[in-house]
Amino acid sequence: MIEAARCLACKKPKCVAGCPVNIDIPSFLHLIEEGKFVEAAQKIKETNPLPAVCGRVCPQEEQCEKVCVLTIKHESVAIGRLERFAADYERNAGKIKLPEIAEKTGKNVAIVGAGPAGLCVAGDLIIAGHEVTVFEALQKPGGVLMYGIPDFRLPEEIINAEVQTLSDLGVNFRYDYVVGRNDTIPEMLAGDFDAVFIGSGAGLPSFQGIPGENLIGVFSANEYLTRANLMKAYRFPEYDTPPIEAGHVTTIGGGNVAMDSARTALRLGSRSTIVYRRAREQMPARDEEIHHAEEEGIKFNLLTNPTKILGNSRREVIGMECIRMELGEPDDSGRRRPVPIEGSEFEIECDAVVVAIGNKPNPLIPQTMEGLELTRWGTVVTEEHTMQTSVEGVYAGGDIVSGAATVISAMGQGKVAARAMDHYLRTGKNPDPPPPPPPPKEKSKKKKE
Amino acid sequence: MFRVLGNRKVTPNAHEMIVEAPEVARKAQAGQFALLMVNEHSERIPYTLSDWDKEAGSVTFIVLEVGKSTSDFVRLQPGDEVAHVTGPLGMPLEVDNFGTVALIGGCYGLGGVVPVGRTMKAAGNRVITFVEARMEGMHYYLDKYESFSDEVVQTTTDGSNGIKGHGVDILEARLKEGVQVDRVFAVGCPFMMMITAQLTQPYEIKTFAALNPIMLDGTGMCGACRCTVGEETKFACVDGPFFDAHLVDWHELRDRRAAYIRIERDVCK
Repeated sequence: MIEAARCLACKKPKCVAGCPVNIDIPSFLHLIEEGKFVEAAQKIKETNPLPAVCGRVCPQEEQCEKVCVLTIKHESVAIGRLERFAADYERNAGKIKLPEIAEKTGKNVAIVGAGPAGLCVAGDLIIAGHEVTVFEALQKPGGVLMYGIPDFRLPEEIINAEVQTLSDLGVNFRYDYVVGRNDTIPEMLAGDFDAVFIGSGAGLPSFQGIPGENLIGVFSANEYLTRANLMKAYRFPEYDTPPIEAGHVTTIGGGNVAMDSARTALRLGSRSTIVYRRAREQMPARDEEIHHAEEEGIKFNLLTNPTKILGNSRREVIGMECIRMELGEPDDSGRRRPVPIEGSEFEIECDAVVVAIGNKPNPLIPQTMEGLELTRWGTVVTEEHTMQTSVEGVYAGGDIVSGAATVISAMGQGKVAARAMDHYLRTGKNPDPPPPPPPPKEKSKKKKE
Repeated sequence: MFRVLGNRKVTPNAHEMIVEAPEVARKAQAGQFALLMVNEHSERIPYTLSDWDKEAGSVTFIVLEVGKSTSDFVRLQPGDEVAHVTGPLGMPLEVDNFGTVALIGGCYGLGGVVPVGRTMKAAGNRVITFVEARMEGMHYYLDKYESFSDEVVQTTTDGSNGIKGHGVDILEARLKEGVQVDRVFAVGCPFMMMITAQLTQPYEIKTFAALNPIMLDGTGMCGACRCTVGEETKFACVDGPFFDAHLVDWHELRDRRAAYIRIERDVCK
């Protein structure tokens, strides 16, 4: 409450603009300050259906907390922690109040994928009065929240509670259903559904293309994390999926997924090392995650690039050949390009390698749907203010559109899509684009001159 | 939940399991598979679709009892339920009138060749079906083979039923006699599929094999099922399961399939 009271309640709160789903941050902070925790959670839920998730996994330091005016002289209000607190309080108190649902429209929406984007759209459209069915390929909801983000960062019961709320609101969940292999999107539109949202995620792991990547003991981060999180291999033999037994796991990559993999390896009883080809400042992972990884004793081999994975005669991993890198000129991304230092090759002994260098979009839906325009990276092309694809009535958001981004940006796109889909379902048209922002700044400049 | 409709022991270690899964049956095509979890703690295990009935909403698998997951499955009786069935998965087989098609089935492939043969026959092909087993009493589905085959050849390793030898040996004999074969489909253990590929290569007969690596999600998300096909890494679950058998790295497939054998053996003790 003391922390919440630090909020200055700015007239034009920058934090709200900094939030991809525009949570009314000053209002919920004020409610916490007054001790109205349940009301605070409900205030957040007006715009964000998954606060307990976002309170844990959002990069607040890059969003709402970054632009908080207090950062000019002090530290920002701990918005993320307070969001998490409010949501947990509401859930633990058993006081989850369902938002009111608008008058039913009789329209049917299909959502492909029960990940963050899909859940967000489901929440918004059920409240708007439409019938919503979420189709999920795996046996449990959550998408990357379930199979990817480990329990120690986002406990499964939190995802289940948020999904339960959506079920209570009337969202229908169908598991074990692979859109494209079961019904395709054109079949859905020709059948019961008036609109479709594609939130199928970035489900096709990338590999570096170096020798030895198909050795036994080399895993995509998706596989490594799915075994541990979704299939609960760490509770083998109570669960039947075998765990990965390794004395030393080396993870390739510098993003949040690499941190999750490396920290999971520690918890599975392995020594854990991260190999990343750039420097620490350039790691895409959140500072907080890198910090946790370091504190837990994960070894960082920075400015190091794997060139070959080494195996024995049984085709099992025994090590990795690497080369040291140094930073050269900036590349397209503005980060200094790592260049190999000649003659600096060395070997790391390890018996498992986790490749956490990103994902490509899963091709299953584009393959089974004509007319869906894709970028040259295979992501789905959408219109920015509606998230509509090149096919009428079909919208998309999350990693299938942006490649690889955050949970909250997927939800932000879900929000935009849900608004447009609601408009489309009611009127048969997409909403007009927002007017271009007026240029008032020039005037004030002139005055100064 | 998915109800078990039938469980019939077809050989001492193989069961024909029929499971109610209307969404899978409705869309199934030759060459595809389904992933099954017996209960919420089970592994996700891929099984080739051996048959399906759209009207009854059922699918049929041949399940070889080889470890914990498969023995959990075959212990179920009609009326019991399995927790999850996902499918159909994988690319459907390319179907055309190729001329004469030879099918080679072994192990669970004795069931796996059935949909392949049926669609190939329907597309106008002459179909010769070679089914191999260790000994007498390990063949089944004869009536099914006869329904789509112009010729059925049964072989046993010890000669106790049909011709002595492997399916591929008899195929070779036929090729030497000058029998024209335009396409070969092999479904079974990696060793059998590998020797089939080795045999047909000098004859330049296009040969396709259904790869069976370890899988996890089955939709391309995890990459556990990586296989090397023609120097390229492919995901068997979304790019396959059928691949050009002449381009497959068979030794890699064999070794990758055995990745967890030690730990699994321990748990079965």
